[in-house]
Amino acid sequence: MKSLLTFLKGGVHPPEAKGQTASLPIERMPVPKELEIILGQHIGAPCTPTVNKRDEVVEGAMIGEVKKGLGVPLHAPVSGKIKDIGTSAHPMRVSAPSITITVDHEAAPVQYDKTDWTTMSAQELLAKVQEGGIVGIGGAGFPTHVKLSPPKDAKIDQLLLNGAECEPYITADHRQMLEHADEVVEGARIIMKILGVSECKIGIESNKPDAIDVMGKAAAAVSGAGCNIVVQPLEVKYPQGSEKQLIQAITGRKVPAMALPSAVGVVVQNVATASAIYDAVVYGKPLYEKVVTISGKGINKPANLLVKVGTKVSDIVDYLGGVKPELAKIIMGGPMMGFAVSSLDIPITKTTSSILFLTEDEIDATPHSDCIRCGWCLDACPMGLEPKEIAIHVEANKAEDTAQFGVFDCFECGSCAYICPAKRPLVQFVRLAKMKAKR
Amino acid sequence: MQAPESQSLPHRDWIVSVSPHVKSNETVAKIMWTVVACLMPPLFLSVFIFGVQTLIITAVSVISCVAVEYVSQKALKRPVSIMDGSAVLTGVLMAFVIPPGVSIFLPVLGAVMAIYIAKHLFGGLGFNIFNPALMGRAFLLATFPVAMTSAWLAPVDGFAIFSYFASGVDAVSTATPLAVMKEQGMAKFVEMFGSGTSLYTSFFLGWRPGCIGETSGLLLVLGGAFLIYKKYITYHIPVSVLGSIAVFTWIFGGEGWFGGDPILAVVTGGAILGAFFMATDYVTGPSTKTGQVVYGIGIGALTVIIRLKGGYPEGICYAILLMNPLSSVIDGFFKPKRFAGPVGGAK
Repeated sequence: MKSLLTFLKGGVHPPEAKGQTASLPIERMPVPKELEIILGQHIGAPCTPTVNKRDEVVEGAMIGEVKKGLGVPLHAPVSGKIKDIGTSAHPMRVSAPSITITVDHEAAPVQYDKTDWTTMSAQELLAKVQEGGIVGIGGAGFPTHVKLSPPKDAKIDQLLLNGAECEPYITADHRQMLEHADEVVEGARIIMKILGVSECKIGIESNKPDAIDVMGKAAAAVSGAGCNIVVQPLEVKYPQGSEKQLIQAITGRKVPAMALPSAVGVVVQNVATASAIYDAVVYGKPLYEKVVTISGKGINKPANLLVKVGTKVSDIVDYLGGVKPELAKIIMGGPMMGFAVSSLDIPITKTTSSILFLTEDEIDATPHSDCIRCGWCLDACPMGLEPKEIAIHVEANKAEDTAQFGVFDCFECGSCAYICPAKRPLVQFVRLAKMKAKR
Repeated sequence: MQAPESQSLPHRDWIVSVSPHVKSNETVAKIMWTVVACLMPPLFLSVFIFGVQTLIITAVSVISCVAVEYVSQKALKRPVSIMDGSAVLTGVLMAFVIPPGVSIFLPVLGAVMAIYIAKHLFGGLGFNIFNPALMGRAFLLATFPVAMTSAWLAPVDGFAIFSYFASGVDAVSTATPLAVMKEQGMAKFVEMFGSGTSLYTSFFLGWRPGCIGETSGLLLVLGGAFLIYKKYITYHIPVSVLGSIAVFTWIFGGEGWFGGDPILAVVTGGAILGAFFMATDYVTGPSTKTGQVVYGIGIGALTVIIRLKGGYPEGICYAILLMNPLSSVIDGFFKPKRFAGPVGGAK
């Protein structure tokens, strides 16, 4: 095996906790009675509905689009009837506009035909990506076609696929790499054609040796003249999957503050996004299904589920046999960066990677105390910031002075708060600081 | 219409808080108690060397510090945190830097200074500018100068197990090596304590008069090494403090230039105790590694200046107290290196 690469500064080693689901094959969850599809699935403008109440829709039909600004269209995950255009519970925004579809369980399944993408031009491929409603599945949900259209003056020389999956518990990308390696690699080839690059490196943390093996074989099978795809094993260290950290780990290049990866000649895509691009381009199948890891000691049956976008957490809980009485905290996303939710009525979106049901002994609810200036947060911060100073200034009502400590470079990975012996909610302080600090 | 609550869910309130939702199992209390544990071997050796008096002084110091912490927090209407081990640690450290032969009222008074004035009046753990244990010692040294500089006990000679190690020390002395060196000169020092390797060895193992906890360099180094192994402290401060004491003593400590004895400078007095357990205090020291090295060198330089030119034979206590308020200034100079600057390299 090649030597393991990693980013240079900071990082932490939270318990991986992937054992509950790592060996469970992806399982398709039966479609529930109704779905709630949130209109704002991605960074940028939310979609405007293109359907009306009581309309009949078929699986894959467009139900929302972005007329102005950054965005991608939204598609019906199922055939059925538009029940309502209203609002749904949302993990971050409390409530958000949504379309509710009553599922028609009698409808015939939609067939997608395979097409030969190699005859299409880069422009045509890019249009397919946009039409397919593809966004960055890894978490941020940035519209993919925008990411694949770097500024003209940027010279992109390689594509990086992010298979680090550094968040504890989550195994969705791991399973997709194992079960759909060929689709991921084919998706990478499509992206490479769009970008006009011949180099692709797939970064996978070394705690997934089976994925490194399978992906390596799939990559070798298609590599040849003008197309060089290799798997790069990475050290297990959080936040290895953060874009800037991954780029440094694999290429040694440093993306400047406030800049995009194109500034150093690379584009990063998640492995699951590559797979979704494959579906959208080769089969014309839009992104409306998602592999989600359901894990934690608080759920009866952990699983890697393929669910329709718009499936509510409560439907998933019912399908997996309910929760255990010890359940203390429900998290949408990973334990390091995910959002705790207080309701199960929340529908999953294109960017939901996991739902964790954690018990008291898995979480930390210790009250925090004053900063003892141990400086561990300085050592843990992968961006070289000063979390302790940001927090102390916020506590002293001086949040507006925190830009000097790098608050705007913070991507809230939570390494500082993870390591803090005084259990200080440093990410919370950073978010408060970002609202008040002057750039 | 509100969707019906799922059947399979017991109704209860789940915890909602900002990420991260998992945290390391390190806590302030765990760190404090670990440091206390690392100070137990030197304490027990001290009981062997000076007798049970050292244990009584240490116990009184610890109990007083915890009691003062409790009363201070009650009086200042703050949450009582005596179980976090920080007052216990202050108690042990303060006992370690006072002579074993003092009255037991001294540590009680010292505790009031250390915990109430130096810690809680500054805002409590995390806000104190000066190391509380050393503030206690400095206060006692100013108020009881005779007791604090003369209540030394000679090492008890008689434990067969130690007689081998103690081979270089047969003279019973009631002055510390540094005091003898300062007041009576090097000749008298060699006459009393010997010289050469056996002197270094016996001093390093602890067989000499001194404060309760500063006797055994070996056990203190082992305790400090454990803290480094646990990643509770790093080597930066201890190495820079001891290294600069050795270098500055070597340059300036002798008759001419480069005539001092660097090894003796490190193994005498409280150098090792201060370097590993006092200067490394998180609250009162810098947080960045470069800052810590600068801070350590500052402590080493001030220690040597006080030892050679000041009015006291030992200087590390005041050296650390003088450097304490500079910590945040030093941190301001040596900020962590950012991942990358903005485009164009400005800033």
